[in-house]
Amino acid sequence: MAKLPRITLLAALLSLPFAAAANPFETQLKNGLRVIVQEDHRAPTAVHMVWYRAGSIDEQDGYSGVAHVLEHMMFKGTKKVPGGEFNKIIAELGGRDNAFTSHDYTAYFQLVPAKVLPKMMELEADRMRNLRLTEKDFASELKVVMEERRMRTEDNPLSLVHEALNSVAFQAHPYRRPVIGWMDDLVQMTHHDAWAWYQNWYAPNNATVVVVGDVDHKDVFRLAEKLYGSYKAKSLPVRKPQNEPEQKGEKRLVVKAPAKLPYLAMAWKVPKLKDVEKDREPYALEVLATVLDGHEAARFAKNLVRGSKVAQSAGAGYDGTSRGEALFYFDGQPAEGKTVAELETALRGELKRVQDEGVSAEELTRVKTQTIATQVYKRDSMMAQAMEIGGLIAAGHSYKDIDRMLDKIRSVTAEEVQAVAKKYFKDDSLTVAVLDPQPIDDKAPKKTAAGRHH
Amino acid sequence: MSLRRIALALIGLMALAVSSAQAGPKIERWVAPSGAQVYFVEIHALPILDLAIEFVGGSAADPADKAGLAAMTRGLLDAGAGDLDEEQISARTVDLGSRFGGSGDADRIGLSLRTLSSAAEKEGSLDLLSLILTRPTFPEAVLAREKARTIAAIQDADTRPDAIAAKRFAAALYPGHPYGASATVESVGLICRDDLLAFHRDNFIASRAIISIVGDVSRAEAEAIAQRLTVGLPAGQAAAAVPPVVLPQQGVVKVAHPATQAHIHMGLPAVKRSDPDYYALIVGNYVLGGGGFVSRLMKEVREKRGYAYSVYSYFAPRKLEGPFEIGLQTKREQAAEALKVATDTLQGFMAGGPTPAELNAAKRNLIDGQALRIDSNAKLLGALQNIAFYGLPLTYLDDFPKLVENVTAADVKRAFASHVKPEHMVTVIVGTE
Repeated sequence: MAKLPRITLLAALLSLPFAAAANPFETQLKNGLRVIVQEDHRAPTAVHMVWYRAGSIDEQDGYSGVAHVLEHMMFKGTKKVPGGEFNKIIAELGGRDNAFTSHDYTAYFQLVPAKVLPKMMELEADRMRNLRLTEKDFASELKVVMEERRMRTEDNPLSLVHEALNSVAFQAHPYRRPVIGWMDDLVQMTHHDAWAWYQNWYAPNNATVVVVGDVDHKDVFRLAEKLYGSYKAKSLPVRKPQNEPEQKGEKRLVVKAPAKLPYLAMAWKVPKLKDVEKDREPYALEVLATVLDGHEAARFAKNLVRGSKVAQSAGAGYDGTSRGEALFYFDGQPAEGKTVAELETALRGELKRVQDEGVSAEELTRVKTQTIATQVYKRDSMMAQAMEIGGLIAAGHSYKDIDRMLDKIRSVTAEEVQAVAKKYFKDDSLTVAVLDPQPIDDKAPKKTAAGRHH
Repeated sequence: MSLRRIALALIGLMALAVSSAQAGPKIERWVAPSGAQVYFVEIHALPILDLAIEFVGGSAADPADKAGLAAMTRGLLDAGAGDLDEEQISARTVDLGSRFGGSGDADRIGLSLRTLSSAAEKEGSLDLLSLILTRPTFPEAVLAREKARTIAAIQDADTRPDAIAAKRFAAALYPGHPYGASATVESVGLICRDDLLAFHRDNFIASRAIISIVGDVSRAEAEAIAQRLTVGLPAGQAAAAVPPVVLPQQGVVKVAHPATQAHIHMGLPAVKRSDPDYYALIVGNYVLGGGGFVSRLMKEVREKRGYAYSVYSYFAPRKLEGPFEIGLQTKREQAAEALKVATDTLQGFMAGGPTPAELNAAKRNLIDGQALRIDSNAKLLGALQNIAFYGLPLTYLDDFPKLVENVTAADVKRAFASHVKPEHMVTVIVGTE
C-alpha cells in the first residue's frame, strides 16, 4: 500500500506538461534585470510580479521598516501615472494588485487578463525609476503603516511573541528586526529615509520580473527589453554579512498580552541551504520538519494533540531557503489543564525520540508522497508558481533548482534525519519564548510605544 | 477630458466583446440515481480531480442550545468510520497524497477532496471519502477531546478584539435567529455523541446532496463517482426551513477592550442570493468599499486620512438575508472620527449613487476580472459550488457580464435604498474609550 502510491505519484509529476526543460524561460538584460516566464495556457490570465532583492535584512538600525514603508509609497504615483491612478488603471482592466515585503525581498504583483500584461509591465517599469515621493503623501501613508503594525503586531499576542523571539534569538543578525519595523523607528522615519531606500535598491540589477500565464515568453522578453533596456544598472550599497556569533547558552523570555491560552515557541539555530548540490543537512532538516508536523499523520498531531492530549496545537517549521540565517521552530499551545512546561517537555520528548530512535521507512515514504503531491497541486495555481520562482531567486537560488531540491529531499535517509536531530538541537543554541496570558477586564488602554508618542 | 472618456468607453466595449466571445467552461448537470444533484466541468490539463459534496442544512440547523453541532459533526466525520479509527484514516489520507477539507456556513455543510487523478490515488481517496460520509462512528473519546479543544479555542477567541467584534456583530444583526448564533463554551459543552449521530442522520441525506466535480475525469466516470459517494446515504426529508430574518433596530454596541485599535463593524441583514438586486448591489459596493484600493471608503478613510490599514464593505448574500457590512480597525483614540468618516461616506454614496466614471470602472473590473475568478481548477470548483448551491443557471458564467453591464446608476441607488436601511443599521465597536 505504501509503495504503490509513490511510484504512481512520481509518474503523475513527470507527466506534467510543464516538465519540459525550456519552460520556464529566462533572459537577462544587459543592465542585469532578470526576466522569467512560465507559460501556462490553461486560462486567458496572467500573474505579473516584480521582485526586488531588498528586504528588512538590508535595513540599518534606526531605520527598521523602511523597506515596507517604501513598498506602500510605490503606489503613490509617478510623473506619468499620478497618485491613485496605478490601482485605478489595473482595476479598470479587470485586474487585482498588491505587494508584500519580507526579511529578504519586496515584491509587487498584478493578477490580470493576459491581454493587458503589456500595460502592467509598463506600469512597473515606470515606477522602478520614476517614483514621486512627497513629504505629504509620506506623512499620510506612515499613519497607515502604523495602523498596520497595530493590527498585525501590537494587538496580536502571537506576533508579539515571535517579534520578541527573533529579537532575542539574534543578537547581531538583521533578522532580529521586525519586517514592519519597530514603532519608534516608524515614528522617527522621514520621507528622505524612504527616498534613500528607493534610490539605493530599486534598480534593474536588483530586480527580477516573473510572469506566469497565458503569454508567449518571446513577447515578454521583447517588451522587457523595450521598457527596461534603457535603465542603467546601479552600484548597490555594500551588504555586510552581519553573521550571528555563536550562541553561548539557552535564552528565555516572557511576553505578557491579553489572551486566554498560553503559547510556547522554541527556536534553534540551524544551517540554511547554501549549495543545492553539495549540501545534505538542510534537506534532512526539511524532512525532520515534515515528519514532526508536515501532515495530519505527523508526530506532533498524532502523539501530542491526539495521543497524549498535552497540546491544544503543536507545530514545527523550518525554511532553509532564505538570504539570512535559519531557525528551526517548535511551537504550540498547551491543552486545557496542562502547563507550558508540560508542553515543552512533551515537544522535547518527541525530539529525543528522533535523536534516539530515528525515523521509520514509512515516515520517509510519506514525506516523499507529500512532496510530490504538493508539487503537482501547485501547478493549479499560477500565483503559487510565481511565488516559488521569485522566492527562490530572492534567496539566491535558481528556479531551475526546484526539481533538484525535490530530488534531494527524496534522497534523504533515516540516518541523516537522526544525525541533524542530534547535532543541532542543543540547549546552547536554543531560544524559548512564552506568552503569559493576561485577563482583558482591565479597561484602561495599554501603554504601548505607540501611545507614548502620540 | 471628453476625448478621454470616449476612448475609455471604446476600450470598454472592445473588452466586453472579447469577454463575451470567450465562452465560459462547459458546465454539465444531472441528478444521480441516489437523488443527489451533480455539477461537472471536465478539464484534463492537470492530473488532478477536485470535488465538493455539500448538504443543504448548515449551522442554522443547530438546536438553539447546541450552537456548534453542525461544525462538530462535520469536523468529526474523519474521527473514525467503518472499521477505521482516526489514525488509520489520517495515515491513509497522507499515503494517498490527497487533501480533505471541510466547508460550511449557516445554510450548508460539506466536505471537499483534492486528489491526483491517477487510478490508485483517485480510487483510494474516493473510497475514503465515501466511508467517512456514510459510516462515521463519532467515537466518544475523540468527541471529548475535540470538545475540550473547541472550548479552549472559543475562550481564547473571546479575548481577541477581532473575534469578539465578529461574534457580537453577528448576534446584533440577527438577534434570536440562527444566523446570529455562535458556538459558546456552554453550547459546545452540551453536545453529546447522540447529537452527532442524529445530525448526521438527519442532514447527510442523498436527496440533499449537491456534488461539484472539476478535473481530470470523463462524464461517465463523474456519474459513477457521484452515485458511489451518495448511494450509501439515507433517503430523508427536505431541510427544515430557516425562520425568516427580522431586521434589527438601529443601535450601537460598545465593548471595552485594552487593544490599541478599536474594531468597528456596521451593517444589517441585507440581501438573499436569489434577489435580483444582487447585481446592482455588488456593482454599487465595488464603488463604496469592495473595490480594494479604488473604493470610496479606502480613499476617504485610508488614503486621505491615514485612519486605517484595512477598510472595506461587502454584501454576503445567503439563502435568506445575508449581511451587508462596513468594517475597519483604527487607533482607539480616533475611533469616533473614523466611524464618522465611514458613515458619511456611506450616506454620501446612498444619496448620490455612483458617478458615471465610477459605475463604468466597477463594471469593467467585475466583467473583465471574471476570467481571474475561474482560472484554476480550485477556483472553478468554488464557482461551480456557488452555481450549484444557489441553483443558478448553467450559463451563469456567461450571463454574469451581461447582468453586470445592465446595471444603471439609478439601479444602484434604488437597490441600496431598499436594502441598506439606516433605521436598521447596527454598529459594534470593540475597544472604545
